[in-house]
Amino acid sequence: MTLAYLILLLLVLCIFIFCYFTATWVWIKVKKNKNNEENIKNITKENRRDFIYLSTLTVGGIGVASMIWPFLKSMNPAEDTLALGTVEIDISNIEVGQSITTKWRGKPIFIRRRTPEEIKEAKEVEIANLKDPVLDIDRVQKEEWLVLEGICTHLGCVPLGQKMTDTKGDYNGWFCPCHGSHYDTSGRIRKGPAPDNLKVPPYTFITKTIIKIG
Amino acid sequence: MNEPINKKKYKNSFLNWIEFRLPIISYFEKEYVDYPMPKNCNYFWSFGALATIILVVMIVSGIFLAFNYTPHVDMAFGSVERIMRDVNYGWLLRYIHSNGASFFFIVIYIHIVRGMYYGSYKYPRELNWLLGVFIYLLMIATAFMGYVLPWGQMSYWAATVITNLFSAIPLIGEGLKMWLLGDYTVGNATLNRFFALHYVFPFVILGVVGLHVAAVHVHGSNNPTGVDIKSKKDTVNFFPYMIIKDTLAFCVFGVVISSVIFFGPNLMAEVDNYIPADPLVTPAHIVPNWYLAPFYAILRAIPDKLGGVVLMLGAIAILFFLPWVDRSKIRSCNYRPLFKWFTILFFVNFFALGYVGMKPAEGLYLLIARIGLLYYFGYFIIIAPFIHRFEKTKELPASISDVFSK
Repeated sequence: MTLAYLILLLLVLCIFIFCYFTATWVWIKVKKNKNNEENIKNITKENRRDFIYLSTLTVGGIGVASMIWPFLKSMNPAEDTLALGTVEIDISNIEVGQSITTKWRGKPIFIRRRTPEEIKEAKEVEIANLKDPVLDIDRVQKEEWLVLEGICTHLGCVPLGQKMTDTKGDYNGWFCPCHGSHYDTSGRIRKGPAPDNLKVPPYTFITKTIIKIG
Repeated sequence: MNEPINKKKYKNSFLNWIEFRLPIISYFEKEYVDYPMPKNCNYFWSFGALATIILVVMIVSGIFLAFNYTPHVDMAFGSVERIMRDVNYGWLLRYIHSNGASFFFIVIYIHIVRGMYYGSYKYPRELNWLLGVFIYLLMIATAFMGYVLPWGQMSYWAATVITNLFSAIPLIGEGLKMWLLGDYTVGNATLNRFFALHYVFPFVILGVVGLHVAAVHVHGSNNPTGVDIKSKKDTVNFFPYMIIKDTLAFCVFGVVISSVIFFGPNLMAEVDNYIPADPLVTPAHIVPNWYLAPFYAILRAIPDKLGGVVLMLGAIAILFFLPWVDRSKIRSCNYRPLFKWFTILFFVNFFALGYVGMKPAEGLYLLIARIGLLYYFGYFIIIAPFIHRFEKTKELPASISDVFSK
């Protein structure tokens, strides 16, 4: 099979070389009886030269670009990296007021079973006071369960607040130790350099006790 | 130093600003724009440019492959397969790199043949030839170490065989081999250091290529007549004439190499390298890469360990002496009717050696290898030094433009 293709390509190459030599031959012929229309030629010459010049540059440019493309593309995530897909998490043994950290696509996922006080706190916040205004109700599917990507939206550190002993910041949520961003009990940014709320990953409740992330 | 600084040379004042502080623009102008090329140079003179382009392609594709390759015995083979399957265009990068190596040698062999036929190694270009042979040695070493990286069967056993060459050296041989391997046999330590060296060597080659080009630009390029440039009439500027010629050569070359990359990527590869390395089993049909086969044939033709190694290395080393071995004052074989045929026979012989190097070492093949070996060394030791005493050379043309106008 490969041999057939190679013969085909060799044929194309021969045609290419044939065209090249024919063109050269014709060019020499043209050059020999150029005298008659010297003046007319001189006028059109510029345009013809420009055309060849531009089309060569264009073809060369397209060639170089299509050569560079696969090289750059190869640095994007590979198929096996993209295929990481989804994670299912059993949340049946999380008590009220506890959090767990799990991993999805290499990122930490915070799952917190909030206490009624925390829910109340999150709901009562005036939306006008928020840097990135979103209602608590829009950030959860069930009020009790808060699911977040545990990545500070500033420069990507993991905020503290998952462990019982951690400092939870000024708003009783999370506190990022890198540059001091404070998040509230809904994971919304309240103070510090981070621009956005902690992201909510796509998730669904498969049963009452199992969450599928992704 | 006393030359007056040429002010206001360019219209663009920024260029003048640069030029005054670092005359890099006029350097490039001198070497690559106004550089006078003999106007009768044929397409054989494009292979230097082609080789440079492939070197760059090899370096670039190599760096992109290194982003995804793992130099560890447990993961090397798997990571290459991952490049083939999962990495975006990984198959293309890998085939560009592996076939690029083969085509690098094709181009370099034609480049060497050109130099030998037209006497490009003779006065005053001896140093140029020496640098070239040095590049060739570095290329062989680099290609060998790169071939080890996929950690297939061929990789493993090639590494074993080639490092064992050093054990033939009396007294220090075994110690030297252990030092190269970093282990009792070819192992992880070996793979690790070969990866590091395979990354470094191309940049060494790039440096030597710089010297190689600088050296040829001192006395100018040789040409098919072997007659020196005598006046401005003999030459054309490198830009645009030779640049365009090289570009056309590169286009044709590009069609050939991409047809192999896309439609026959494993034509020049050995099937057994798709089997992961097994230190307990040597494959039955183990053959070297085609571009090393002539030297492999020489190695096998000698029924003695040390002798084979010495002759094989000698076959490359003797190339260094070619400028002093060939005593004739006439450069080009076009004007040496006798030596011409011996030189062409030398190329045919080299090809035949390569062919038998890929075949089993027995019977007729062994005989051909031994005759080929005799001619290879005979060419350098007997034919080249003495043939000018018997040879009736043709009359050289008065100048390059004389030949060109005919």
